[in-house]
Amino acid sequence: MSLPFLITAIVTLFAAAAAMSLRNLVHCALSFVVVFAGLAAMYLQLGAQFVGFAQILVYVGAVAILIVFAILLTRSGETPNQAVIAPGWFYGIAISAVVFTMLGWSVLNSKTLPKEIAAAPETSVKNIGDVLMNKYVLPLELIGLLLTAAMIGAVIIALKEPSKTDNAGRKS
Amino acid sequence: MTPLQICLLISALLFAIGFAGAVTRRHAILALVGIELMLNAANLNFIAFWRYGAHPEALTGVLFVIFSIAIAAAEAAVGLALVIAIYRHYKTSNLDEVKELKG
Repeated sequence: MSLPFLITAIVTLFAAAAAMSLRNLVHCALSFVVVFAGLAAMYLQLGAQFVGFAQILVYVGAVAILIVFAILLTRSGETPNQAVIAPGWFYGIAISAVVFTMLGWSVLNSKTLPKEIAAAPETSVKNIGDVLMNKYVLPLELIGLLLTAAMIGAVIIALKEPSKTDNAGRKS
Repeated sequence: MTPLQICLLISALLFAIGFAGAVTRRHAILALVGIELMLNAANLNFIAFWRYGAHPEALTGVLFVIFSIAIAAAEAAVGLALVIAIYRHYKTSNLDEVKELKG
């Protein structure tokens, strides 16, 4: 495993910890962008170019902007005065530590993981497009349908609530 | 440790961080961000198994990650729209103060 990959991984993990622990939500969103960029760099180093660039386009480009907009629209941009951690946080941290220990133990002791390092696979965007248009064309269309439905649903959910009328029938 | 195991450990740690954030933070947006981190950890697993596993020429891992990114984008859009709707209704986005279902 090359040194640049490990450095990218360490930066990504620190940014993830910062995104989950900083008090100011805008800082959290910025470290979230660092996490996504680091993951995209890891995909690129693992040889998955198309996924890396899709990650940058979708996450760094769209989802991060969406999160910043949501933070500003809910007026939570300033540092909060009260506690930002829910009561009972100890159990959450403990459960996640247990989850990590279990996953790490099973990864390190697994007998089925391939031992020898495979050669880097030869992929091009042309191959991915071929497979996407032939073998996986039905899932692709379904994803398009799902995205359309989700976008329409998001717009309808975020629409302004209709103003309620009180008993006398006047608009309030 | 083989490179595959290093990748899997990194993604397990990312998953644990995302889980801890989603469970412990009080702000609704940060809970969503934690869920996104968990999804990204799963994506890293798919790419690692595609790169170091058998039959990389079938491109299964790459295509699964592409579909998973699309679904995560849809989930983020709907989730953040829900956060904005909840903020408009309750005037707060603190998850502990949103206790009533009936508006």
